[in-house]
Amino acid sequence: MTRRFTLFDTTALTFGFAFLYVPLLVLIAYSFNDSQLLNVWGGFSTRWYVSLWHNAPLLTALRNSLAIGFLSAAIATFFGTLAALALVRYTRFWGRPLFTGMVYAPMVMPEVVTGLSLLLFFVSVGAERGFWTVTLAHTTFTMCYIAVVVQSRLVAFDRTLEEAAQDLGCPPVRTFFTITLPLIAPSVAAGFLLAFTLSLDDVVIASFVTGPGTSTLPIEIFNRARRGLSPEINALSSLMLLVVTVVVVGSSLVTKRAALPTR
Amino acid sequence: MTEARTEARTEARKRDSLAIGAVRRDFAPWLDPHAKPLIRFDQVTKRFGDFVAVDNLTLHIYEREFFCLLGPSGCGKTTLMRMLAGFEEPTQGKIVLGDQVVSGIPPHRRPVNMMFQSYALFPHMNVEKNIAFGLVQDGLPKQEIADRVAEILRLVQLTPFARRKPDQLSGGQRQRVALARALVKRPKVLLLDEPLGALDKKLREETQFELMDLQVNLGMTFLVVTHDQEEAMTMADRIAVMDRGTIRQIAPPGQVYEQPASRYVAEFIGDVNIIEGRIAASDAGRLRIARTDGEGELAIEAPPGVATQTGQEIAVALRPEKLVLHREPPAGAQNLLSGEIWDIGYLGDWTIYLVKLASGQIVRVSRANASRFVEQPLTWDDKVHITFAPEAGVLLTQ
Repeated sequence: MTRRFTLFDTTALTFGFAFLYVPLLVLIAYSFNDSQLLNVWGGFSTRWYVSLWHNAPLLTALRNSLAIGFLSAAIATFFGTLAALALVRYTRFWGRPLFTGMVYAPMVMPEVVTGLSLLLFFVSVGAERGFWTVTLAHTTFTMCYIAVVVQSRLVAFDRTLEEAAQDLGCPPVRTFFTITLPLIAPSVAAGFLLAFTLSLDDVVIASFVTGPGTSTLPIEIFNRARRGLSPEINALSSLMLLVVTVVVVGSSLVTKRAALPTR
Repeated sequence: MTEARTEARTEARKRDSLAIGAVRRDFAPWLDPHAKPLIRFDQVTKRFGDFVAVDNLTLHIYEREFFCLLGPSGCGKTTLMRMLAGFEEPTQGKIVLGDQVVSGIPPHRRPVNMMFQSYALFPHMNVEKNIAFGLVQDGLPKQEIADRVAEILRLVQLTPFARRKPDQLSGGQRQRVALARALVKRPKVLLLDEPLGALDKKLREETQFELMDLQVNLGMTFLVVTHDQEEAMTMADRIAVMDRGTIRQIAPPGQVYEQPASRYVAEFIGDVNIIEGRIAASDAGRLRIARTDGEGELAIEAPPGVATQTGQEIAVALRPEKLVLHREPPAGAQNLLSGEIWDIGYLGDWTIYLVKLASGQIVRVSRANASRFVEQPLTWDDKVHITFAPEAGVLLTQ
């Protein structure tokens, strides 16, 4: 049954979406602004995109962000999946409810607290702050998201499939790689993409644990914006928006496919 | 159905022409004291915490036998099967398969294969890959795998569906894939957990006969778990009726029905009327039973091999189809139960009459509707008399 849109529905939707997306549209529009000034329209131009391409510090920050995002997401996916497996499969070990709760905790923890505690930890163990500390920090806070995503898939997983594989002569470890992993792969991939975007977006935690030499893209943008907005940053932000949109849409498509063979 | 299959079926029928209860003629290794069982459960107990799923159970199953474990849910039948497959380990006792004690051997090294109730087809593999999976695990050469998969696909008539994924198949087709996947490994024993449970009635009946043919033609040992007595009666060489972790009776279907060992078995298999009483006299193989409700006596043939004594409390089991309804009490009837029609259930082929005796007990009588019209049909509240032959009643001491 499809109901016709009433005037109220239309208004609510228009204002709702406007509230969410008009600022972003303004950002994208101004990234194509030819004028040096932020609030004066000087005609359409892609010059900021071009000059962005020659801005070495920004490009370094971008490379850092991508590398940190990829690495931390990869490590977090590995450990997050293991955590999900342990929590779903081994239902009778001591302190399981505690561990389940602890997996969720980082999701609700204020980022400043996470950032500060990680900073203190790195300082106390004498780790040199920079690329690797940011990567590790991102791994710890994205891991729980992956554990949660994979966990929800594993709960619905039909374990007789594994029994059937073993019954047909497949040893347990091989069963995991030929049956279990391919079937939970979509949610593992979705978790990876989620972790990657989270890492790419993060300012707070990264600014706590990074060192003098290393800057990620969000930190760089934030710093520059404080010194005064430049159209170059608009262009860069628009590009990031594009990347994040692609990743999010991609991950939701993957999850949707994952939902299909559950029955 | 292919021609080869029809031929095979006719052949099988000729070789093992059916006797009562679908028992194959001359196939009764359980009667041969020298026959060596293929599967032995030896005083097996399985506990889950405080719950005893299988209680000190001993069971022998023979090669080429079609064996059914029958019982209500929670009676331990599935646990028994899972112990044989290796998914559960017995708490006590041992399980022997052939000459090998299988306890402690992981499932992937046991020479049995199982068809799961949910079929457990791998959703990310097509039919062909699903069936080949077990052979790939054994490391067989590619060509042999392809040949055997093609052969089994022909056998279960799924050749045109080889490239389909499980979610593109109907329930019946999935059931065949599951069966083929377990069969293709040519196991010593095929375990089937509620194999027909998910099929609709018509398909279930067809599949029953196909399973029987398959088992005879392949010469394999089948162990089936089911809660459906009709399924067990149709297919099995022998049935083990289970109750709370123990076996109440092991016998061919006909015997389980006609000579139930206990009240539990009599009531579990089919419909039955139980008349309670006491042995009043014993005379040349006939027992006179004084009814507990005081409505007279019954004459029952003494079962051979069951020790009885005068004064013993017993029960008489009467199957509804062995009772005869009369409007007037027949002269000289040895066994007479009188009452009035309490309810009538018309099933088309049969009509069920529920007769209320003076004691208030309801007796179930079934009558085949042999002719299309009856001049004076029995109706509600009619006075009726039930008679039965002395050999119709089964004496139950347990």
